[in-house]
Amino acid sequence: MGQLPLLSIITFLPLVGAVIIMLARDEDEARLATNARNMALWTSFITFVVSLLIWFGFETGTAEFQFVEKAEWLPEFGIGYHMGVDGISMPFVLLSTLLTPICVLASWEAVKHRVKEYMIAFLVLETMMVGMFCALDFVTFYMFFEGVLIPMFLIIGVWGGPRRVYAAFKFFLYTLLGSVLMLLAILAIYFDAGTTDIPTLLQHRLPAEMQIWLWLAFFASFAVKVPMWPVHTWLPDAHVEAPTAGSVILAGVLLKMGAYGFLRFSVPMMPYGTEFFTPLVFTLSVVAIIYTSLVALAQEDMKKLIAYSSVAHMGYVTVGIFTLNVQGMQGAIFQMLSHGIVSAALFLLVGVIYDRLHTRMIDRYGGLADQMPHYALTFMIFMLASVGLPLTGGFIGEFLVIVGAFQVNTWVALLTASGMVLGAAYMLYLYRQVIFGALTKRDLMSLLDMKWREKLIFAPLILLTFWMGIYPEPLLNVMEASVVNIIENYQLALDERAGVSLAELMPGR
Amino acid sequence: MSVAADLQIALPEVLLAVSAMALLIFGVYQGKAAAGRVMVLSAVTLVAVIAIILVREPAGIAFGGLYVDDGFGDYMKILLLVGALLVLIMSHRYLELEQANRFEYSVLLLFATLGMMVMVSANDLISLYIGLELQSLALYVVAAIRRDNARSSEAGLKYFVLGALASGLLLYGMSMIYGFSGTTSFESLAEILAAPDTEPSLGLIVGLVFICAGLAFKVSAVPFHMWTPDVYEGAPTSVTAFFAVAPKIAAIALFTRVLMGPFHDLVDAWQQIIVFISIASMVLGAFAAIAQNNIKRLMAYSSIGHIGYALVGLAAGTPAGVSGVGAYMAIYLVMNVGTFACILSMRQNGRMVEGVNDLKGISRTNPMIALALLIFMFSLAGIPPMAGFWAKFWVFKAAISAELYGLAVIGVLASVVSAFYYLRIVKLMYFDEATEGLDKGVGRETGLIIVATAAATILLFAMPGAILEGADAAATSLTHYAG
Repeated sequence: MGQLPLLSIITFLPLVGAVIIMLARDEDEARLATNARNMALWTSFITFVVSLLIWFGFETGTAEFQFVEKAEWLPEFGIGYHMGVDGISMPFVLLSTLLTPICVLASWEAVKHRVKEYMIAFLVLETMMVGMFCALDFVTFYMFFEGVLIPMFLIIGVWGGPRRVYAAFKFFLYTLLGSVLMLLAILAIYFDAGTTDIPTLLQHRLPAEMQIWLWLAFFASFAVKVPMWPVHTWLPDAHVEAPTAGSVILAGVLLKMGAYGFLRFSVPMMPYGTEFFTPLVFTLSVVAIIYTSLVALAQEDMKKLIAYSSVAHMGYVTVGIFTLNVQGMQGAIFQMLSHGIVSAALFLLVGVIYDRLHTRMIDRYGGLADQMPHYALTFMIFMLASVGLPLTGGFIGEFLVIVGAFQVNTWVALLTASGMVLGAAYMLYLYRQVIFGALTKRDLMSLLDMKWREKLIFAPLILLTFWMGIYPEPLLNVMEASVVNIIENYQLALDERAGVSLAELMPGR
Repeated sequence: MSVAADLQIALPEVLLAVSAMALLIFGVYQGKAAAGRVMVLSAVTLVAVIAIILVREPAGIAFGGLYVDDGFGDYMKILLLVGALLVLIMSHRYLELEQANRFEYSVLLLFATLGMMVMVSANDLISLYIGLELQSLALYVVAAIRRDNARSSEAGLKYFVLGALASGLLLYGMSMIYGFSGTTSFESLAEILAAPDTEPSLGLIVGLVFICAGLAFKVSAVPFHMWTPDVYEGAPTSVTAFFAVAPKIAAIALFTRVLMGPFHDLVDAWQQIIVFISIASMVLGAFAAIAQNNIKRLMAYSSIGHIGYALVGLAAGTPAGVSGVGAYMAIYLVMNVGTFACILSMRQNGRMVEGVNDLKGISRTNPMIALALLIFMFSLAGIPPMAGFWAKFWVFKAAISAELYGLAVIGVLASVVSAFYYLRIVKLMYFDEATEGLDKGVGRETGLIIVATAAATILLFAMPGAILEGADAAATSLTHYAG
């Protein structure tokens, strides 16, 4: 299996599917749409199956990059095509390949016009996402990282809600603004190290003063992507206006790109900058957790509520990463994965009733439990997982983050933990308003429960949530070696730096 | 050196000049009916000239040092010849439909191209000026080629008056330089300025400033950009397409040759000028285009912005910067030819339309044009993996290596602002509902050009080295000669 370029196959297989759909011609509009749907489903499903090979072939206990592929691209500049995964990126590759077929299924009937273009956009998006998590060269990484914007812009803008144009522009320009600064930082790193190869750069020590600026430039990009308070405002807009599947990918994968960037670049390459700015990250994260939770409490739109809860949950992630201990970091990654599944499921759940009633206003619903018992049960599972109930994936991540935070700063841990209480408040409020109560509204009485296609979508997500909550060991094992490696290198770099400054203080010794 | 040897070195220019004159006579004798044939023959001439340049090695200096044929010149000449050729091919259907096909059109384009080639190969202030004027005079006339159209005439007149002013500035600067150095030859100037322990005299620096101002006018960099939107809008669209590519490439090449060649040792003096006009162009190009409703005006501001980015590479003042400029112009050529091919296809009920709003909803009515324009717009905005990203990548790389951090930061921020109006076109095409749509059918040649340029724009990422190698070789030859 070592012979096959697995990562490139996973990355570019969806693109092949997209090209085939693009070339398809048919007089009959409906048949063309059906073919596009089937093609997209099969392509993304096969991609997922192939990506499972990575999970089973992955060797735990080492921080080395695996399934590495290298090819020359711009040899005279030290820029190459370099792919590989470690314990941090591998789960995200799987998350991306899992969510794409689910998105295709979820849009099966919801998307009625321009189906062909829609499916092409999703497959291109999958290529960009998977490629980004696999890339081990800065330029390759940047291409995928920015390339995501094009299909997502179109998905929000073409198939979105009434304010889709505003939301699409805001999404695009916010993220672009952050990314271009990162591009300059990448160029600056290139001139310091002479290469853009990420494994090489992970061993490279950048000058301390430079690290401050570089860290800020990277922060500009990743903070927008995460998103951190106060640059989170694009997210509620984008979520509300995007079609259901677009929200799923946004919440499930795109938000993780920023946090992944912190883990892959900011912390290991700029340890001094990281140490310098950790208080800033803690402050912004704690504000995000508490403030956006409060904002979520006041929302009338279901998608907006879940969007704000995403910002709060990503606040845990950033706290966890910057605790820089094993529990905190593992918790952060775990939280990202569980949030990827839970928030994706929540958006899909909103999509289910939106498809029936075409509104997302909370007060238009109530008492759905009577008519839609299966739906109510599914919603409950994910609502509780989002709150962080033990036995669900959400609990493990939040718990580990708080354990990690306690070792660093009690106040941060305390304030972070308060977010769990607020989270319970708004999620239970949402659930009560939508599912419980008397079924009084006339148009709700005729609602049908979920169909088999919809149940099929949620089945794997429910299984995964419980698996992550009950037996998280395999996932934690996968990421452990890489996390320990990051932390050791970080400490080493800081110790070296401390040694240098001591030597400056005491010359002649 | 014998005249024959000189002529042989300048063979591409000689061939172009002879055929242009022959075609002029041919056209005059044949009358109106010859327009189509002159056009075909002009295209053949351009192909032949490109072939000659591609086949032979750079031949060196000729005409007593007035003319130089080096790798840099050949690279830039190929770019501008390809640009001229593609525009000529695209013009055919447009001029037929507009019933404006006159044989003078092709001949004037050939003369303008000849002037540009002389500019690019200039090795002396005098030949620089001759090339520039030949180019400008031909262009003034093509801008006003629809003489019964008020806007076209206005564009030509505006271009002429302002262009004459710029030529005056340039000439004044040249006379200052001649007065204070006693020479017009690039090589002697380089020697004088390279001499150790001599401060360049103030007069020389003032002359240099005037030359920069004159050349900034020709590349339409801020603050000498005012003519661009009006001329772009007023001139017939095929002429606008020509303005957007060939003269820009030639003027940037000339700018680069003058500053990196004879005046390379004054880099501290001119770097601040270039940094300023580069920043001003990028920022103005980004903000002013937002409010435009005419697609040609929008492209005018877009080109002002792009010239700003190309000048980022020049501002670096290093071989890497020159190679960035070369690569930038190559990609700029492809994107702009493609975009203008799409604009030339914007017709409703057989009539040319230029409003940005006429693009509303064409993703439904004209999916292929919409897709191509989508690719070009994302590329012009510099979003990877499109070609436009690589263009920006290389110039900013040069700027960072020359430690021009402020310039680079302002540049990328301006590119975010400019992304807005490129996205606006995508929005109109894809997000809005169709009003009327555009006429189907773009003509075989134009269609081919659209497909080829769009494919090149989207696929460049597979081998970005290809363009850069050529640009690198060009840059080496230029900076080597500067010493």
